[in-house]
Amino acid sequence: METTTQGTTQGSAQSSPQGSTEAAAPSATAERRPVTRKRRLFPPMTLKLGVGLSIAGLIVLFGLIGPLVVGDPSTVRDIGLTGPGHGFLLGTTQTGQDIFAQLAYATRGSLIIGVVVGAITLLLSSFFGLVGAFVGGWVDEAFSLLTNIMLVIPGLPLVIVISSYVPNKSIWLVAAVLAITSWAGSARVLRGFTLSVRSRDYVLAARIGGEKRWRILLVEILPNLIPLLASQVVFAVIFAILGEAGLSFLGLGASGSFTWGTMLYFAQNGLSLRLGAWWWFAPPGLLIALFGAALSLINFSIDEIINPKLRSQTRAERNRWGMSREQRQAAAEVTV
Amino acid sequence: MRYLLRKLVFYVAALWAALTLNFLIPRLMPGNPVDLMLSKLATKGPVTPTTRAAIQALLGTDTNGSLWSQYGKYLHQLVSGNLGTSIAYFPAPVSQVIGQTLPWTVGLIGLATAISFAFGILLGRAAGWRRGSWIDNLIPVTTMLQSVPYFWLALLLLFLLGSTWPIFPLNGGYDVYSVTPGWNLPFVQSVAYHGALPALTIVVSSVGGWMLGMRNMMVSTLSEDFVLTAEAKGLTPRRIRSRYVARNAVLPSISGFAISLGFVVAGSIVTEAVFSYPGIGSALLLAVSNNDYALMQGVFLIITLAVLGANLLVDLLYGVIDPRTRARS
Repeated sequence: METTTQGTTQGSAQSSPQGSTEAAAPSATAERRPVTRKRRLFPPMTLKLGVGLSIAGLIVLFGLIGPLVVGDPSTVRDIGLTGPGHGFLLGTTQTGQDIFAQLAYATRGSLIIGVVVGAITLLLSSFFGLVGAFVGGWVDEAFSLLTNIMLVIPGLPLVIVISSYVPNKSIWLVAAVLAITSWAGSARVLRGFTLSVRSRDYVLAARIGGEKRWRILLVEILPNLIPLLASQVVFAVIFAILGEAGLSFLGLGASGSFTWGTMLYFAQNGLSLRLGAWWWFAPPGLLIALFGAALSLINFSIDEIINPKLRSQTRAERNRWGMSREQRQAAAEVTV
Repeated sequence: MRYLLRKLVFYVAALWAALTLNFLIPRLMPGNPVDLMLSKLATKGPVTPTTRAAIQALLGTDTNGSLWSQYGKYLHQLVSGNLGTSIAYFPAPVSQVIGQTLPWTVGLIGLATAISFAFGILLGRAAGWRRGSWIDNLIPVTTMLQSVPYFWLALLLLFLLGSTWPIFPLNGGYDVYSVTPGWNLPFVQSVAYHGALPALTIVVSSVGGWMLGMRNMMVSTLSEDFVLTAEAKGLTPRRIRSRYVARNAVLPSISGFAISLGFVVAGSIVTEAVFSYPGIGSALLLAVSNNDYALMQGVFLIITLAVLGANLLVDLLYGVIDPRTRARS
């Protein structure tokens, strides 16, 4: 089911560059077609996607395996602020804690926040976006009003105000608060796309065919939204990690947790900037930036599925669309 | 007219939601501000019931009326412009604190965002027009910059340009010792000098988003039929680029500009914290660290109002720029 619906939506837009080849040399495209159809389920493996996946994969692995390998990140030693090397891969903090060990635990903490917020955001945004647009009528009006209001109310100040009222926060509370303030944007995008899918002929056909409404929503419409959902989740994860880092940096994060943000908070409060301890404040930020960039690269590839017009068209690639010498000969024979 | 009416109804609803949220959060949260303050005081010495009554009176939580009557009182106070008294800046009223800090934030954030928007649109136009050129290959780099947290970039720039090579000042909004605030040249120069690094941070970390959005819209618009027609008519490429493609491609960026303001304000809070900039973000953080709930609510309200106002402005403007939105609704 998935493959066929996927195919119908992308097929029309995707075949346009190949149109000329198709008309001139039907035999050549007939051989090529099964390959392209299989590829449509996943983004084509480009350099961007490869780099993005491998960086993100390495960071996730570091977050999963790192904490099992390294020592206790809170152990205090009497060798404060030693640079990288000297027995510690990334040096030590002011109180002699192993920064590499802290980084491993922080990676795990930040990734947990990202995953939890991503999941909650996915649920909330697909509920408010999909169901509203599909049902229509006053439900749609109410849902989209709620979405738009949540969209214009600034998130981080709200999160700051909420979290300042709760002195001892768990990591789950922080994740929930971040998710509540961040689902609206993707709900709006999903609503727009659902509205356009809903009015397509095949949905009408399914409705006339007597399919149940939930089945139309889940089986006919939802598969078309998968690339869009994926890119929204990736955005939500980036947003959550950045938001949590900002919150923790201000000292308002979850209590007793290790995340990239808390590391930066302690680095800032430990005057690492004035003391020139770059090995303390540089790695957490660099990891955030790398992870964010990797997820963005993955998102580019997903975007190119949603909107085939965005595919990079360098001159070399455009030349490849042209006919090969054999095809040109075959075409010449047909026309003459 | 119907379009305007719909918009106004939405903004009134959003305003009401923001006000109500601001009212409900302190009352629904498990932590009671009075208890929080008392527990802090109790670490320093014994707390008498009169202290408790005094703090309750200060925070305005001493009324035992129903939630509805409290809500009515709250709305009445807001309409008369009374936001309560700040604890962090005691005895200044909250409205005065906000009045002093808001111009700093609006000046810094407004200017930096406008510069970033203009730069991003121009770069994105160039990248979309010449797809696959060197400027298009710049996109991944700017995306990387965009996923860098605001405050970390600020720390890094501060470390490099403030400590290692002391070109820019480390913190503050102006030189407190040598200039007097007011409309004189030394003060303006000092403000510009102190604002350069925070502004640079904001521009560098947000320009990538504008650029990518504009580039993608340029690419999408370039494959429209009317562009082909324009080419077939033999119009100059320059004219096609600016009058035909860029003009249509910039529309989503303009509406995105309004939505992004909320994020910009959020990012600026952290940026202000790093640079100790005397803006509204610093006031919010000071309020948080001092349990100054009146100031906190006031700042949240002002930020929300500012974002709502900017959104309304862009929405109204959008109706003028893009007549299709008026026709559709």
